[in-house]
This record gives sequence, structure tokens and C-alpha cells, in this order.
Amino acid sequence: MLFALKIKTLLTAVVVAGPVAVSAVTLGGRTHSPAAGVTVPETVEVAPGAFRHRAAGDYTRDGAPAAAPVTEVRFVHPLHIMRDQVSAGDYQRCVAAGVCAPADGDRRDLPAVQLSWRDASAYASWLSRATGVHFRLPTDEEWAYAAGERFNDDAAAYPTDPGQRALARYERETARNDALAQDPQPIGAFGANANGLLDVAGNVWEWTDSCFRRGVLDATGRPYGSATMNCGVRVVEGRHRTYVTDFIRDARAGGCAAGTPPTHLGFRLVREDDMPAVAARVFDRIRTLVGRLV
Amino acid sequence: MIRQRAAIMGALLALMIATPAFALELSLPREKVTLVAPPFVHPHEQATTEGPKIIEFRLVAEEKDIVIDDKGTKVQAMTFDGSIPGPLMVVHEGDYVELTLVNPASNVMPHNIDFHAATGALGGGGMTLVSPGEQVVVRWKATRTGVFIYHCAPGGSMTPWHVVLGMSGAVMVLPRSGLDDGNGHPLHYDRIYYIGENDFYVPRDASGKYKTYESVGDAFDDTVAAMRTLTPTHVVFNGRVGALTGKNAMTAKVGETVLFVHSQANRDSRPHLIGGHGDYVWETGKFSNPPEKNLETWFIRGGSAGAALYTFRQPGIYVYLTHNLIEAVELGATAHVKVDGKWDDDLMTQVSGPAPIPPDAGGVPDLTTGTAPKD
Repeated sequence: MLFALKIKTLLTAVVVAGPVAVSAVTLGGRTHSPAAGVTVPETVEVAPGAFRHRAAGDYTRDGAPAAAPVTEVRFVHPLHIMRDQVSAGDYQRCVAAGVCAPADGDRRDLPAVQLSWRDASAYASWLSRATGVHFRLPTDEEWAYAAGERFNDDAAAYPTDPGQRALARYERETARNDALAQDPQPIGAFGANANGLLDVAGNVWEWTDSCFRRGVLDATGRPYGSATMNCGVRVVEGRHRTYVTDFIRDARAGGCAAGTPPTHLGFRLVREDDMPAVAARVFDRIRTLVGRLV
Repeated sequence: MIRQRAAIMGALLALMIATPAFALELSLPREKVTLVAPPFVHPHEQATTEGPKIIEFRLVAEEKDIVIDDKGTKVQAMTFDGSIPGPLMVVHEGDYVELTLVNPASNVMPHNIDFHAATGALGGGGMTLVSPGEQVVVRWKATRTGVFIYHCAPGGSMTPWHVVLGMSGAVMVLPRSGLDDGNGHPLHYDRIYYIGENDFYVPRDASGKYKTYESVGDAFDDTVAAMRTLTPTHVVFNGRVGALTGKNAMTAKVGETVLFVHSQANRDSRPHLIGGHGDYVWETGKFSNPPEKNLETWFIRGGSAGAALYTFRQPGIYVYLTHNLIEAVELGATAHVKVDGKWDDDLMTQVSGPAPIPPDAGGVPDLTTGTAPKD
């Protein structure tokens, strides 16, 4: 599978290097002269800090499935993330520019939905070019940090009985998702979280840039050794966390044999102030090609 | 002979000129059964030592708008008792089914009922055609055992149209001594679920969007044109995509035996239980034939019902679907069974979880470093 590069990397290095923005160079949130009248989307600032985060991916311990580890993730710089999910109207501007693949809907008050990770990535790269400000998809850690109290920990209960584990997951997802509206709701309909982000964990799930990871835990439950990465599958966050093949636009047809799939797939972006847009685009490109974790 | 007007449905004439049968007085005990909506089934005895009875049922034809998928696609459905499929009626061989078919004045179409289990008069279709505001009572003798379709059959294009809009259900005629394995060993079930599969043909506009119509009559021409493609837009269990998943998933426990009755009034289907089997399957649905054993997938011929008996041995989520996987996943014919209990490692265990292929396994290139596979 072309995009399913299997990358081995030291998990510990990932957790440390991943969410930490190391560059001292910032553009201070300045807005570059926008091209073609494309404005820089509104972002909210999440202050630096640390939080305990349930890692994404599947883990084994002594060869048996185990709950993913909880690690401390630290952000030394503020995180700037779009307040709104990208709207259908905004996405259409990228389509009109000949960069993004066509999609239904053009309203600016509705989120762009039925979009794949590839669509989201193309949009981020177009928006960066059009505004001169570097935008990219958040990592899973960044998304969770910004989601704050709306992040859903799927592994809190992890029965060892395989049947009970399947039932627990099914019940959890059913309880969360059954009452959801089916149609995309106007931006803001699901309210703001404590960080000021709108519609987190509403009925539109959001793509992150993080690849599906399979890791191994030692006897104490800490990750050790190398993780296997599959960057043909990306972490999707929302009412529950799930893993979706990067070209899938409708998760309801995206391979949930016995689960409750995301109602809609959309996204929001983070603004990267640490490096000039051109360098950042090259960086993104390389990152995508090697399937880096961050 | 009763002369009927030659009106909209000329094809109905043959049905409608039947002489009303004068009810033969039967001195048998009567039992009134209240039907319940599928996938559930009204309480009943599996085996009985009592003699034949007259079992009274009442079905109400109900025309109503329904939503058949998560995208909000609307269909002007026609139903028996408001559900798709109509309720399962259970009797024993030798019993009499006495059905009151009600067509409320709020409906606009004539309706009737053809029981595949009944003998004569087009399965009762010829004796039961009722206009809105009328009702009719028909009684037929359950002379052969098995699960059988019933459906509306007003004649001509009306028949497939009414059926694919929802007007079908099933009757189960049990042997008086209950089910057996064909060698005289009795079989019983702890639970029974009735799954009615329905193929929908929703017309689309030029841009591919599903169309909606003012009235059921307005939809007729386009719907029949869509039906004639023989390519359903939806194939679903119990009336809509997801009717038997999530909070509506079927349930069972490890050690319990479940009878799955599956009907399809119009089109072939291939039920399969992912992670389970059919221990005893009456594929053609008729209990005087010995059941097949240990099936992986069974075949339901269009216009018939079948029954599969299975004892759950492992907890977890099972997927009951038609194993045309395109129809199951893309068109909707998927149900779930939540089975509680304790896992049996002897039946299955994960010997070693997913992990990188050991280097000495050979043949797999490491894409990180680009090293060539070993020989």
C-alpha cells in the first residue's frame, strides 16, 4: 500500500519530541499579506503547559492487547488552533483554486464534511500558500490538549476478556453517538470548550496528522522498544477516537465491521508560527513522505 | 357473484370477484394474540400438547413516511402494523389463523394480504382486498410447518410496489411437538429474532440526489422505473439502515440458543453470522425437511423465509449480515448481536498480538531505511 509506510521510531523520542515546539523563531502571530483575498482564519491560543494523555494506537503487553499508556505531554509554546472547524464555504475556495478535490456544500456557516486526510492536507497546504501563514493538521496530542475537557478517553476501562472488551467498546460508542444529529450542524451549534474552540466532539470528527501506531508495553505498562507506524491510517478525534484510512471521506463506509463510525469527517488546523511558511511547507512535505509522528 | 367496478386496477378484477366464503362454524378454542414489532416476536409455546385452536390476529395497514438511512432519505412506505417487516405470527400446525385486516380511512391505497402458508384464493389475497375505511376477516388452516412470507398483493405493478415499500412479513407454523433435528431429537430456542430484509428503490434526480414526493401516487412512476433497474438503492434489515445496530442491536448470552427467522419477499439474500454459524438451518424454511447443520452462510430465496438456530459460545459483538458484502456494508443489510458471557480461550486465543515481522522472517522490505529484503 503506497501510503502505508511502516516506520520504526523510538516511542520515547516521539513522546518527548512530538508535541514540543522547539524552535525559538516565532512570527508572533503576524498575518502576512494574504493572496487572493484569503484571510487568515481565527485561532484561539492554548497556553503552554503539560497534561496527561492517553496515547493513540494499539498496544500489547506480553503479546496480549493492553490499554494504551498514559504519558505526560508538555507544550513549551502556546498552541494556536482554529476556533472553528473548516467551513464548507472555505473549503470550496481551495476547490475553486484548483488545489482541493471537489466536495459537496458551499455554506460558510456549515462545517466541511465528507473529507479525507488527503483533502485536509491539501487544504492546509493551499491555505498556507494563500495566506503566507503556515497551517497544518494538529497532531493527536495537540488536538487532545486543545480539546481539553471534551477529550474522550476510550481506554479508561479495558477488560482483558476479548468478548467483554468488544462489548465495552461497542456500548461506549453507541451511548456517545446514538443521540447525535445526523446532518452537519451550523458552526457553533455544539458550543465552545474551556479553551474557546467551537464544536469539539460534536457530530463532525476531526482528522489529525498522527499515524496509526502499534506499540509494546513493558511489565510496568510503560512503552518500550520500537512502535510500528502505519501512516496510511491516521488518528481521527471527536466523540470517540478512531483510526481511518487516509483516503476515506465517509467513515460510515470506511470499515467499521461492528462499531459505531464517526458521523462526519472534517478538520481544523493549527497555525505554526515557528518557521517561515516556505520552510514549513518543505518541512511538511518531508514529514508527510517519511510519515513522521509529530 | 359480486360485480366490482373496473377502475384503476383492472388487474384486480380477478381477485375481487371471488365469492365471499361463508364462515364455517368451528367449535375450537380461540386465542387472541397481540402482535409485537420485529425483531421481537409475541410470546408463544414452542411445543404444545393442546389441540388445534383458532388464533386471532389483527393487522393494520399503515401508509406512512419513514426515513431509511442515516442521511435522512425519506420513503413513503406502506406497512403492516407500522413496521417493516410486519410482525411475525406464530401458530402450530393444525391451528387456524383468523386475521382481521384493517385499512384505516387515513390511507389512500387499497391493500390485501397473500399468505404463502395458506391454501387457495391467491393465499388469501383474493378474499382480503380492502379499501381505506374497510376491514376484512379471513381464516385459513395452517396445514404445513415452516416460516412463510405474507405480503400485500393488490395486483399488477401495485404488487411489487407495495412489497418493496414495506408490505411483507412472515408466519411461523411450528410442529405441534416443536422443532427437531430431523432425527427425532427436539430442538428449542431461548430467544427468537425476526429479521425482515427489504430492498428499496428510491428515485434520484439528475444530480443523483434522492427525490421526495408530495404523495405516494406522485412517486409511483419514478419508483417503478427505479424498480425496473433491479438495482436497489438500499438493502436493509427491519426497515432502515442501522435498525438492528447500536442501541437497537439484538442481544444474547453465551450458552443461549437463538432462532433467527429471516424473510425476503422480493429478492435473494445470503445471511451470515460473523464469528458464529448456523448450527441447524432450515434454509428453505420448512420444518418437515431436516435442517442442515453447521452452515457458514445460508441462502434465502426471494419470496421465502428461512430459519437458523445457533447456540452462542463466545461473548462479544457478532455481525449478522447478508454476505453480499456490498449490500451489507454499502447498502445497509447489517445487524449486530451483543453477546454477554465469558470468553473461551480454547475456542480462540490470540497467541501473539500484532507486532513487527521478525527480521529473520525475510521477504519484507524495511521502508524506513530502504534496506532490501533478505533472501
